[in-house]
Amino acid sequence: MTLQGESAEHQWVDDHAGPVVRPYAVTGGRARPVTGTFDLISLVTATRKDVSPEIGLGPEHLAIVGLCQRMQSVAEIAAHLDLPVGTVRVLLGDLMARSLVQIREPQSTVGIPDHSIFEAVINGLRAL
Amino acid sequence: MDYGHSERPSGAAALPTAIKILVAGGFGVGKTTMVGAVSETRPLRTEEVLTESGVGIDDLSGVEAKQTTTVAMDFGRITISDDLVLYLFGTPGQDRFWFVWDELSLGAIGAVVLADTRRLADCFPSIDYFEERGTPFLVAVNCFEGARQYRLDEVQAALNLDPEVPVLLCDARSRSSAKEVLITLVEHAMKIRDARHRVD
Ligand SMILES: Nc1nc2c(ncn2[C@@H]2O[C@H](COP(=O)(O)OP(=O)(O)OP(=O)(O)O)[C@@H](O)[C@H]2O)c(=O)[nH]1
Ligand SMILES: [Mg+2]
Repeated sequence: MTLQGESAEHQWVDDHAGPVVRPYAVTGGRARPVTGTFDLISLVTATRKDVSPEIGLGPEHLAIVGLCQRMQSVAEIAAHLDLPVGTVRVLLGDLMARSLVQIREPQSTVGIPDHSIFEAVINGLRAL
Repeated sequence: MDYGHSERPSGAAALPTAIKILVAGGFGVGKTTMVGAVSETRPLRTEEVLTESGVGIDDLSGVEAKQTTTVAMDFGRITISDDLVLYLFGTPGQDRFWFVWDELSLGAIGAVVLADTRRLADCFPSIDYFEERGTPFLVAVNCFEGARQYRLDEVQAALNLDPEVPVLLCDARSRSSAKEVLITLVEHAMKIRDARHRVD
């Protein structure tokens, strides 16, 4: 078995942590974000083009900033990084505390969706 | 009473927002297939880590990995416009993960309950769940080959559905069929939304 071709992060993870442990290693064992609740479909946008590594930010934090150059939901971030949603929430809390990401809550948590939103969805689906 | 204040200012809708629709039903009924048929990418998969008792984890300290279980959710994205994104979530089939169902259905504009006429009872828990929560839903009968064709009113009667609940045939593999199911659902949900809003 060879790790050739794998990224440095992957080697680190493979050497020191199993797949079950990895999510907790990523958050330093934290289960709750320092701030924010992060619905599965909250939309996340990075506030900066890129972020240089700094104390307290790991490669996964930087990966989220990279991904969120285009608006992504919390669920999409979790899927693309192959991390459990709970882990991603913790990472997003760290990023939000540093104002590195902007969160747009889903329509449903803001209130009853407008009639116009239903119409937009119907028209959007028809146009698919 | 001044209702004007509860209305969002015009223009607020231009801020990006997301909505979701659930695709539920029994094991292997075609949920992931339908999500994939109509989404702009192939279905993505995300996982929640739960304790064995089926509740979410608040504090990982003291929780052994073997006491936890992961539940996977498939989902897809349909970008309606620059500021409106629709997510479709296939609900996890295992009934014991109600915690995840509650999280998923919170704020969902509606749900598709997929049914297979060979195993119609498999969709009872989904129907009960959405009826109880007041989530607008419809029943889409996925037409597998070899399944005896039932008339829609037979299905409606067998499921003991409110006559307002749309029941339609579909092919979960077909984009146009899945599209039609979703449009019917959103029209139904809009009707319910408008009726409730008038009463309020
Ligand atoms: N013939 C036929 N096969 C279908 C249809 N819809 C789904 N299938 C097949 O049925 C199988 C199960 O479909 P899935 O989409 O994985 O079902 P699911 O509801 O997501 O299953 P679970 O998540 O495991 O509960 C797959 O092999 C599909 O290809 C259909 O309309 N006709
Ligand atoms: Mg599935």
